[in-house]
Amino acid sequence: MPEIVNAVEMRGIVKRFPGVLANDHVDFNLRQGEVHALLGENGAGKSTLMNVLAGLYKPEEGTIVVEGKRVSFGSPRDAIAAGLGMVHQHFMLVPSQTVTENIILGLDTPRFVLNLAELDKRILALQEQYGLKVDPKAKIWQLSVGEQQRVEILKMLYRGARVLILDEPTAVLTPQEIKELITTLKGMVASGHSIVFISHKLDEVLAIANRVTVLRQGRVTAAGVSTAGVSKRKLAELMVGREVVFTLEKPEGVPGPVVLEVQGACAENDRGLPALKDLSLQVRAGEIVGIAGVAGNGQSELAQAITGLRRCAKGHVLINGEDIINRPPRQAIERHIAHVPEDRTGVGSAPSLSLAENLIMKSYRAAPVSTGWVLNRPVIRSQAEESKEAYDIAAPNIDVQARLLSGGNLQKAILAREMSAQPKIIVAVQPTRGLDVGAIEAVQRVLLAERARGTAILLFSEELEEVMSLSDRIAVIYEGQIMGEVKPEETTLEQIGLMMAGQRLETIRGEADDHR
Amino acid sequence: MIDWIVILQAGVATGTVLLFASIGEILAERSGVMNLGVEGMMLIGAMFAFKVTVGTGNPWLGLLIAMLAAGALSLLHAVVTISFQADQVVSGLATNFVGVGLSLVLGEGLSKAGTTALLPNWTVPGLSALPILGPIFFTNHSVLVYFGYLLTPVVWYYINRTRPGLHLRAVGEYPSAADALGISVYGLRYAYVFAGGLLAGLAGATISLAISPGWFSEMTTAGQGWIAIGLVIFAQWNPWRAMAGAYAFGALRRLILDLQGPTMLLWFPNPFRFQSPGFFLQMLPYALTIIILVIGSRAAMKKRMGAPAALGLPYVRGERGR
Amino acid sequence: MTTDNAAAKGFQFPNSLRLERRLGVPAWLPAATSIGAVIVALILGGIVILAAGGQPLKSYQFILKAAFGSVGVFNDTLVKATPLILVGLACALTFRMRLWNIGAEGQFYMGAWGASAVVLIPLLPATTPRPLMLLAMALAGFLCGALWGFIPGYLKAKLNVNEVVTTLMMNYIATSWVLFWVFGAWSEGGFQMSRMFPRTAWLPRLTDYAKQVPFFSGLTLHGGILIGLVAAAVIWFIVYRSKWGYEIRLIGDNPRAANYAGINIVRNTVLVMMLSGGLAGLAGMSEISGVVHRLQGAISPGYGFTGIIVAWLAKLNPVAVILVSILFGGLLLAGREIQPSGIPRMLQGIILFCVIASDVLLRYRIRLVRR
Repeated sequence: MPEIVNAVEMRGIVKRFPGVLANDHVDFNLRQGEVHALLGENGAGKSTLMNVLAGLYKPEEGTIVVEGKRVSFGSPRDAIAAGLGMVHQHFMLVPSQTVTENIILGLDTPRFVLNLAELDKRILALQEQYGLKVDPKAKIWQLSVGEQQRVEILKMLYRGARVLILDEPTAVLTPQEIKELITTLKGMVASGHSIVFISHKLDEVLAIANRVTVLRQGRVTAAGVSTAGVSKRKLAELMVGREVVFTLEKPEGVPGPVVLEVQGACAENDRGLPALKDLSLQVRAGEIVGIAGVAGNGQSELAQAITGLRRCAKGHVLINGEDIINRPPRQAIERHIAHVPEDRTGVGSAPSLSLAENLIMKSYRAAPVSTGWVLNRPVIRSQAEESKEAYDIAAPNIDVQARLLSGGNLQKAILAREMSAQPKIIVAVQPTRGLDVGAIEAVQRVLLAERARGTAILLFSEELEEVMSLSDRIAVIYEGQIMGEVKPEETTLEQIGLMMAGQRLETIRGEADDHR
Repeated sequence: MIDWIVILQAGVATGTVLLFASIGEILAERSGVMNLGVEGMMLIGAMFAFKVTVGTGNPWLGLLIAMLAAGALSLLHAVVTISFQADQVVSGLATNFVGVGLSLVLGEGLSKAGTTALLPNWTVPGLSALPILGPIFFTNHSVLVYFGYLLTPVVWYYINRTRPGLHLRAVGEYPSAADALGISVYGLRYAYVFAGGLLAGLAGATISLAISPGWFSEMTTAGQGWIAIGLVIFAQWNPWRAMAGAYAFGALRRLILDLQGPTMLLWFPNPFRFQSPGFFLQMLPYALTIIILVIGSRAAMKKRMGAPAALGLPYVRGERGR
Repeated sequence: MTTDNAAAKGFQFPNSLRLERRLGVPAWLPAATSIGAVIVALILGGIVILAAGGQPLKSYQFILKAAFGSVGVFNDTLVKATPLILVGLACALTFRMRLWNIGAEGQFYMGAWGASAVVLIPLLPATTPRPLMLLAMALAGFLCGALWGFIPGYLKAKLNVNEVVTTLMMNYIATSWVLFWVFGAWSEGGFQMSRMFPRTAWLPRLTDYAKQVPFFSGLTLHGGILIGLVAAAVIWFIVYRSKWGYEIRLIGDNPRAANYAGINIVRNTVLVMMLSGGLAGLAGMSEISGVVHRLQGAISPGYGFTGIIVAWLAKLNPVAVILVSILFGGLLLAGREIQPSGIPRMLQGIILFCVIASDVLLRYRIRLVRR
């Protein structure tokens, strides 16, 4: 009988950060030749655990055994030398350098002089072996996100990694690309590799993995359970710790007049490449329009164009008929457009300022927050206390620096700020990204409440489930254009997936008709 | 009459000072650390070079000590900005103050020291007979000038065509990627800041032992350290462009000097002759630095290239972003 | 920083010292680190003085006596502190926005030039009543300094030109400009200075009232100190209580968030640089009108640069700027007579270094972890 060899064994791992216990005596086993999923909601400690395995963090306690030998990693280099390669959620690629340069980065050979032509050939050979095609001479910033992921995987394979750790690999892929990735992973397993993949998506875990380990708040709630016999509901419970209801209460909507209209918008992204190509869209009062699409197809640019944060070469952005395209952000704010930005810490908040000072970012110009030139401090403080109560923001007080708030609480603060201005239009970009289930529910409830109030909401989300359940209409964006608009009850995941991959709705429907 | 050959020759000589300082700063900035203390490091280099040479009679020893002293000063900046993650601009300024202050204190009385042995000058046989190029580049220059000719292509090649150069660029563009692959971000940054310090010290020694021998307190460097920083931006962090800019600036300074001398200029009485308008000429290098900065910044904006992406940002493992 | 990095760098602390990110900053800590930094700097400076063949304790004793030893010298210290307050405020203001105004020295000179222009061109006759004359000089000084701040400010705002280098270059240009006038059109008898200003262009000094208050006899403290104190109050109010101050602080903390909040960063950059330049210009006017009473080539022992250190040591707080200015005023005063002459400059540099090194304690705390 063949022995089951553990490729990796982690025992009793404890990892602390200031103020939080990320891993609490966690055990984790990876068998040779399997695909093992690490499941948990955001903040459960999955990435931390794998970062320990990859040598980025040193655990306070615990042991790691790789292929039967006990190891201690002082740095990522040691982990790579032991055959462990990690593909991070946020790619660690140098944008201005080529694929080949990124792949060979950090290696001891070639010793001194770089013979790029020869290295390019070697990389191509490696690509053939695993079926991961990408141009070695291309610079990273020129590649699509899916291609960048392939570079990351190649980077690890080039170094002889036998264990691959993938952190939320499907977050940035279309459904078709996900299928390709699964095929690639199965191929790798067949040639002797073992794979860990971190995810918070139950469907994927059940589809891809052989076994799953569930983490909740730093502890293991299910260790190496085979995915064959377990249900989605059970996994969700293990993830969250209580009965999870999968559907949201969404009352019938009565959409009003068109409040926000985008006509023929053309804009470039930060790298000078076209991001919006003649994009048109309408949002009515009291309705949620969900923008579905893989990251990097123009979502950020569209949100920025509407809120005045990006120049458009052509087109119009009409707010109740008034064209505000290319006007400064202040004008969008004055017309009651609320913007929940994608980047909470980089754009949406000022890390060193207090919670109270962050909350007045949009309201400080007028009464009652200020009178004339002077800020009205008692009003600022009382309003801040109210918002903290109303949105259940967990913070010691309103004077705490914003950098110390957790992702979920920071998002609640941003919501509190944006909603308190009684907006007529809300542009919400990835509002639930990185939040735990409790916070996600809170955010979604706020959006639905605003919808009931008659606010027009434009929701950008990478979570298809969220888009399906919250939106009254779904518009799919691909390479800066809308491929089609559908109602969630009248469409299928497959249809949306096809649109996300670049097919127009008419074409899809036409083909469907042909098949009848 | 203005002798252009002489001006260009002097330009190459004086420009070598800016060249060394700029290339040193290019190395540091490519690794992601801005060191604004170049002026202070140059002054320390100039002072130590002169002082040690006067004391020992050996200019090569003076040169060595000068480089090490400036390097040591740069390490102060490195510790504070890399390990303590202090703001690089303020730390650079502090480095400057310390460098200037230290040189003034330790160089007390040095200006009365008179002349001393200098680094030798060479004329390259054969090449110096070339028309135009010969007298400008190969005739009667300090050995350091020739070293400058070598340094520029070597540094260019190192940065762009070698493995350690690849690592240098990665550390300055996207340190977390380099870190995840086992490259020591802190270690490399320390090394290149130190290299920048060594070269700044070399630049200072070039002044006091070759180009304008002697010690003139702060006027020894007269702001060239700052001009070098401007040159780095103008050169878009490319050693060749830095060389071109350095020589051009050197020529300009000589031109300014020459313009103030003759009684006749272009067949008219010279309006610049040692008179008050001479002050306007003195403003020229500094005003020109502003202009090249503007040009460099506009070019960077247009080409969407520019500074190493992680320049000025302290690196902390585990924090998101670069 | 965790022991991972420490191990990578090869440090071997006994019992493993660990630097941990702080969760909050106790209110007393910034002042404590500043004071601690000064003490460490004095020790380090003493070592250098020893190396240069001097006697540190004697030097420091001398400095204390020369700066604070009697009413007379304290008066002189305050006189030296006056321009430092204004320049310190100027730097503190821009540093809050992470705008590095290194050009306070040049803006000082331009302010002095502007104030002198009122008297020397002359823009106002010598018979103008004193309050009007002084007001005009202050205005001219402020505007000239503001212009000098505007240029690098505009270049930074519109073209993202590095303001450190531009403001510094403007320093050199400003000194040349002043020299041009002092050697040329305004030269008095061929010397490198202008003629003495008429009495109406002099800021009132304590000693002017010696008849009424005999104690004031010989005390040269002048009206500039009032300008400085008023400016400090105004700046304090702007930064901590006004809408504009909020915008400045937000831009300094996170410019992308400020843009998202609808704040006009270009306009604010230019305005702040102009106000900062204007304050430094006022310092120039104050020095010219209150102390030197003429325009000459050397009117500043590096006030503009000392102001940077003052601002940083005061942690950008306007009230602290006043206190630190007095300290540094004393240092500058005593430094004039001390040998070697580079000591005050060197001490300033070491103090700044110690202050920024100590800033790390505001972000991290040291924990002893027993192995």
